[in-house]
Amino acid sequence: MSDTPNNTEGDAQAPMLEPPTGSADGSLDADERRRAHDIWVAGTEEPDWIANATDEGAQELLPRDIDPALQIQRGIAVDDDFIDQPTITEDERQILNMGPQHPATHGVLRLHLELDGETIRRVKPIIGYLHTGMEKTAENLTYMQGGTNVTRMDYLSPLNNELCYSLAVEQLLGVEIPPRAQAIRILMTELNRVASHLIWVATFGMDIGALSMMIYGFRDREAILAFFEKVTGLRMNHNYIRPGGVAADLPEGWEEDIDGIFDIVGSGLDDYEDLLNRNPIFLDRTRGVGVLTPEEAQAYGVTGPAARASGVNFDLRKAFPYSGIEQYEFDVPLGKHGDTLDRYLVRMEEMRQSLRIVQQVLETMPPGDYRTDDRKVTPPPRKRIDESMEALIHHFKLFTEGFKAPAGEVYQAVESPRGELGMHLVSKGGSKPWRLHARTPSFAIVQALPVMLTDQIVPDVIATLASLDPVLGDVDR
Amino acid sequence: MAAEVHNPNFLLTTLDKGISWTRTRSMWPATFGLACCAIEMMATGAAHHDLARFGMEVFRASPRQADLMVVAGRLSQKMAPVLRQVYDQMAEPKWVISMGACASTGGMFNNYALVQGVDEIVPVDVYVPGCPPGPQSLMHGILTLQDKIMAGEIRRSTGLL
Amino acid sequence: MAEESTPQEEPQETDEAAEEAVARVLPDDRILAGLAEPFPNVVFTSFEPLAGPRQDTATVSREELISFVEAVNDAGFETFIDVCSVDHLNRKPRYDVVINLLSMQHTKRLLIKVGVPGDDPTVQSISSIYAGANFYEREVWDLMGIVFEGHPDLTRIVLPDEWEGHPLRKDYSVGSVPVQFKGSHKSS
Repeated sequence: MSDTPNNTEGDAQAPMLEPPTGSADGSLDADERRRAHDIWVAGTEEPDWIANATDEGAQELLPRDIDPALQIQRGIAVDDDFIDQPTITEDERQILNMGPQHPATHGVLRLHLELDGETIRRVKPIIGYLHTGMEKTAENLTYMQGGTNVTRMDYLSPLNNELCYSLAVEQLLGVEIPPRAQAIRILMTELNRVASHLIWVATFGMDIGALSMMIYGFRDREAILAFFEKVTGLRMNHNYIRPGGVAADLPEGWEEDIDGIFDIVGSGLDDYEDLLNRNPIFLDRTRGVGVLTPEEAQAYGVTGPAARASGVNFDLRKAFPYSGIEQYEFDVPLGKHGDTLDRYLVRMEEMRQSLRIVQQVLETMPPGDYRTDDRKVTPPPRKRIDESMEALIHHFKLFTEGFKAPAGEVYQAVESPRGELGMHLVSKGGSKPWRLHARTPSFAIVQALPVMLTDQIVPDVIATLASLDPVLGDVDR
Repeated sequence: MAAEVHNPNFLLTTLDKGISWTRTRSMWPATFGLACCAIEMMATGAAHHDLARFGMEVFRASPRQADLMVVAGRLSQKMAPVLRQVYDQMAEPKWVISMGACASTGGMFNNYALVQGVDEIVPVDVYVPGCPPGPQSLMHGILTLQDKIMAGEIRRSTGLL
Repeated sequence: MAEESTPQEEPQETDEAAEEAVARVLPDDRILAGLAEPFPNVVFTSFEPLAGPRQDTATVSREELISFVEAVNDAGFETFIDVCSVDHLNRKPRYDVVINLLSMQHTKRLLIKVGVPGDDPTVQSISSIYAGANFYEREVWDLMGIVFEGHPDLTRIVLPDEWEGHPLRKDYSVGSVPVQFKGSHKSS
């Protein structure tokens, strides 16, 4: 390659225009053929990606005779006859790589599928393409700063992350939260659930082929996001729910804004059900696809709507109520078959139930303070800072050092739109967490994918994956 | 376009400007959504904000059909070779928008897992600040890129700057 | 299934072991008492938060882990929730592996804590009892470097395969790079 002119620094067009020179009979030698190939593929003589291989070694799906994951596959599925088909020879199987850059994997999920014709025999999810080291970062942020970190985990339901983290910190501190703050928290997280499910129905429809769903879902979500922006200042990643309460009270006229959301989203849901529920193509593509049994869901830790679609009657809001959600009336929708269609129906009903909770919060919003008056957590009011030196020092220390939490270890879980979101928080008495582990629902969903996908056909991968709604930020953290 | 119209059927300009103009008005972004910013990128393309107004709404799943890569979100060490490979597969001329604080600088996650700015991996034309940038910010970034293409030459070097 | 274990316990009320078992957990908790009786070495602790359910933790030795988790599974904790690890650095044993199980039928949660020494970071895998532990144990191995014996496919999961070290350990630096304004040194 060294005898060819070095074109990467100077004139860029030259390698494109100059044909590779061959010998007298017109044939190319090996080097020149490689060079021509490189220019054709990458537009440059030495494409870097040949050196930067993207294979993941043992994390990938391996040949059957050496793959330990095969044993897992045999052990996990209730009916695993389809994995070993003696009539299929090794030559007839092929490995298909999906992702990490793939429009239908909803982020950077990578799937290795072993195919026999169109039928999937083995599946292995490869994750970690969005690993952000948030659990390590959390150890270097004070308790008050930690909210900015956790809110970016599951970026479709940031407020649920914040709520879970705040509740965990408050458990350590033993701080009581005033009723208004609790009601605001419920209001915001339930609206967030609706917004998250709207994104889900948008992408689900798009992946199934109902492209107009994509447009409608995002349009309706904008109504909720406009309200979030008004309340928190940001469309996403709010850091609004904080240890001790919320960052600010609801703005003037929030009741009208909520009414507006009801008008848009409430009537929108009816339209979507009209559009999809009796659509024969939609039903054909979802019914009986990607079935998860209740036992499998429990063994794999799949929670939330995905488990409830299988008939697992468990909702953390009912079982371990948090933030005063027990005072509002709502139903937990359940599916029967655990297939993609049931997951769709459960989530659509969940949106209605969340709106029902929001309606009740709207009617019964208690007056009072939006954060606790515990001086350990909450800075003194602005007026006091001007009058008192002590208050000024206290305010300064609270925002530089942060407050200290007593030593202890707590696990707090909330029902996020994808299932059980838990935070395992360990404190050693400092102003920063010693360890923060997030138990995220999407991680369990991705792990259960092989159970749902095997013995399906390739297009069903898209439908199943879309109906499960894993968020890769939630998986990899 | 600076063109003097003598006859309504004729439009005079330089070749550079003509080519640049056509490039800016039919720029196809590759879908390279990574994290939170990808949701805002999708929102930008969807009904309410409507990226189609700028001739950029045709998101291509295949990098071979795309001219613009919007790196939307935080780039992990594991994803970095994939990003480079997708970039290398895109045909010239190609541009990169680094969307959001994480893509531009690593953002708030200054730790072992993230590449501290995608400009360590691919050459970036426009940085869009925000965490995540709102659709308006992304549109401003895209318009900035269009201005940049209009102002620049039609030929540019391949590979890293 | 816990309903079966409680009647066994009723007639044995005079038995000292059973009484002790009840005393080691909260007296009204029959499920945990049924678990405590056959495992005298397991330490039960409870944490009563201001709001929300009581948090029960069982601290188990490494040797008893598998038999205890099997008993917990039989007692009706059918749902796998989480496996995570904590690095206490200067404590002995250095690490904690925390297994989080949920019983939907009894609406009950149990954390099982296992101490793992720093010079021999191995613990038995529970993936044969709870299939869901598969990915979680891989994550703990990847980020904390605790080996799960008997795990069928213990490879790195969120980091690249060739990565060295285990980032969540306390002696692994956060890996931040100093913040500087790029290009500022070039222009000067």
